[in-house]
Amino acid sequence: MKQFVTWKIGGEAGFGIMAAGTMLAKAFARHGFYTITANEYPSLIRGGHNVITVGIGSGQFDSLYKTVDILIALNKETIEAHKKELHEGSLVVFDPKNQPLQMSDFPVAVQCISLPLSEIVKTLEADAVMRNTVALGATVALLGAEFSVLTDVIQTQFGKKGTAVVDENIRVARAGFDEIKKTYASLNAYYLEPPKQSEELYVMNASEAVGIGALDGGMKFAAIYPMTPINALITFFADHKKDLGISYIQPEDEIAGINMAIGASLGGVRSMVATSGGGFSLMVEGLSLTGIIEVPLVIDLGMRPGPATGMPTWTEQGELLFVIFSGHGEFPRIILAPGDVSECYLLTRQAFDVSQEYQIPVIILTDKYLNENQWCAAKNLFASPPPPHDGKSISIDAVVQDFKRYDAATPDGVSPRSTPGIKDGIYIANSYEHDEKGFTTEDPDMREKMTDKRLRKRNAIINRSPSPTIYGSSDSQITFVSFGSTKGPILEAMKLLEGKGISSKLIHFSWVYPMNGSRVKELLKNEKRLIGVEGNGTGQFATLLMQETGIDIQEKLLKNDGRQWYPEEIVEEINKSDKSINKQIND
Amino acid sequence: MNNQIDQFDTGILPTWCPGCGNYGIWMALKSALKNLAVPPHDTVIVYGVGCHGNMRDWMHVYGIEGLHGRAIPLAQGVKLANSGLTVIAVTGDGDCIGEGGNHFLHAAKRNPNITVIVHDNQVYGLTTGQASPTAQEKMETKSTPDGVAEPPLNPLSLALVAGGTFVSRGFAGDIPYLTGILEKAIRHKGFSVVDILQPCVTFDKIHTYEWYRKRVYQVEPTGTKKEALERAMEWGDKIPLGVIYEEQKETSEGFESVAINPLVNASLGIPNRDDFLSMFR
Repeated sequence: MKQFVTWKIGGEAGFGIMAAGTMLAKAFARHGFYTITANEYPSLIRGGHNVITVGIGSGQFDSLYKTVDILIALNKETIEAHKKELHEGSLVVFDPKNQPLQMSDFPVAVQCISLPLSEIVKTLEADAVMRNTVALGATVALLGAEFSVLTDVIQTQFGKKGTAVVDENIRVARAGFDEIKKTYASLNAYYLEPPKQSEELYVMNASEAVGIGALDGGMKFAAIYPMTPINALITFFADHKKDLGISYIQPEDEIAGINMAIGASLGGVRSMVATSGGGFSLMVEGLSLTGIIEVPLVIDLGMRPGPATGMPTWTEQGELLFVIFSGHGEFPRIILAPGDVSECYLLTRQAFDVSQEYQIPVIILTDKYLNENQWCAAKNLFASPPPPHDGKSISIDAVVQDFKRYDAATPDGVSPRSTPGIKDGIYIANSYEHDEKGFTTEDPDMREKMTDKRLRKRNAIINRSPSPTIYGSSDSQITFVSFGSTKGPILEAMKLLEGKGISSKLIHFSWVYPMNGSRVKELLKNEKRLIGVEGNGTGQFATLLMQETGIDIQEKLLKNDGRQWYPEEIVEEINKSDKSINKQIND
Repeated sequence: MNNQIDQFDTGILPTWCPGCGNYGIWMALKSALKNLAVPPHDTVIVYGVGCHGNMRDWMHVYGIEGLHGRAIPLAQGVKLANSGLTVIAVTGDGDCIGEGGNHFLHAAKRNPNITVIVHDNQVYGLTTGQASPTAQEKMETKSTPDGVAEPPLNPLSLALVAGGTFVSRGFAGDIPYLTGILEKAIRHKGFSVVDILQPCVTFDKIHTYEWYRKRVYQVEPTGTKKEALERAMEWGDKIPLGVIYEEQKETSEGFESVAINPLVNASLGIPNRDDFLSMFR
């Protein structure tokens, strides 16, 4: 019995490849299995070819693996493109009508499973497009699960089209299931262990997790110009805005987007924008405006490989230093980098509160890997969010004498906010340097007073910034250091290392900036062997760490090929460097 | 309640050049707001960056001095957040038609219920006299010593072709008439544009008060957009002033269902939470 299986299906676009993957993931997640679903875009493979990968685990796991256990090939191209990902004993399910296959076609000894998809569909007088449904049924059998695992997901997926369509899909899936049970009755190599927990799970991508976090953080206004990889957030808001009572606007460009969101925030509504690196470049001027007028704003930046257009549908962690240093002038900001979909939810929710509390921009660094893949999160995580809190604001009926919107005397640099409509709260949100009421000034003393006030917030933020999270054994041979989405692959790599007798831990930063340098230094200084793992080419987080703590991480695993880290790759890199260390010692 | 024009004064005296057209625009705007009985705390004026934007310091309303060219998106955000407010973007010709041209076009297309005032004096005054996008062809300025090479952009015809639902022109030298136009523009439910001809007494010695007075004449709105477009493009010996075009159309706040129930009053969080989240099962 397996604790974890990686399943992949490929075929022509239009053959329901994506739907098959999503349904499989949801079906198993509803029955207590953890799932991760990743799709690869047509730009990878010519001819409109689609591929989707689903990892299914009886317990929690945090990253997909590079190797595939079960490959469903709806066409020959799938095998050509993915046979290198197979290992000895992988199952290759194919339609004998499409491609006669034998073991010699593969670099390793796989097991070929002939499944007459077209014939089954034909016999049942079903549409040829339903071969994916046959494959789904067959998959459930290969994983040793009951057929009923599939039925309620089919009901959800096709319920709107009526019972006839639901029944038809169940019948076709059942035929695939029965065919495996009949012809490959003794094949149990990939039977999954029953789930280890009984917690209910949700399946979502990071954009949706950010969306729910935003709503629970009190967000009511979003202006988002389309850009990969945050388009799922647009869909989420646009599809549900009427039910949610929020406003989503598609602006003419990212410059308009950030300015609309700033306007809405000044108007008294929690607001956000989302974009990728290129769109954020256009927003930088607006970011600077938030700095001087001290308005709350949340920015979701889904990173992808640059420069310029780069590789739009692939992933990278290349914008960390850009967001830290972006914007003309000096002003505080908070940078958060969630490591998984649960953190995307929690940190986005928190982002709205801290943005409101300190009247500053908060940037959430997500990436294509998190945003466009489907992950599991415990339903309980979303159960009872705390109510959003407003920080220092004056209420609509406040009676205030001589209101100073930019009162510079507060210890934490945060002054009371008013919003239009409040009789005694009139002020100017002035992009020009201003006095405590917002009136323009060029007086050197006032300038110093106001810049001090704004920068003072940084200390208040650093004092409350949470420590990084530590995963793994306390006394370890290896200490990984990372931020954002590299968390999952490292956690899985740690499991692999443990299997080889190497103990390791991960110090993971999701609250990235500003960093409490002295506290982080204490945490890192006694570690035996620090290894930084990042999805970029220059080690941006290591640079930040050096700047804040003086600690220079010597060993860096960097990857900037547009793909996320896989656990096997991290282990391989460590093997390589161990060999070279041993060689140096022997030399 | 103070119903005098001075309720809109902060006590800070303007720093504009003596004789600047901005004085007339400021006076007319204050008079229009007074006549419409809009209290200062329910008014938001978003300024661009330019001489016009300095108005923020002597105008007692909720003010936002944004970035050069970005007043219109800021104004739309404020209005979407709180549709109960009177929202006005006070912009300049370089600010609104140059740097912010894209925002101007798309706002006209979107039809938010805001008013855009364009201080149109053909030059960049704050940067000491370069040509603006509305500068007349052959006009000599600091950035065009051989004269402006191309014909100007026309804020009125741009607003018309982009879908503007209230398109008008005023003159800073005729405050009572300008006040009337501003009142109508602010009352209009939708995107209203008031292009205001104003002499720059420091950097433009051609387009003086006298120059304009000899040419301007008052018009009433014409029927079709095509006729309005013809009128908008009239320039030279005769320059039309007044409301050139007006139509009623759904506003962007109406489309967003926040025109009647302002977003700022909506309760936070997810309604029917469990039911809503069940989509992720």
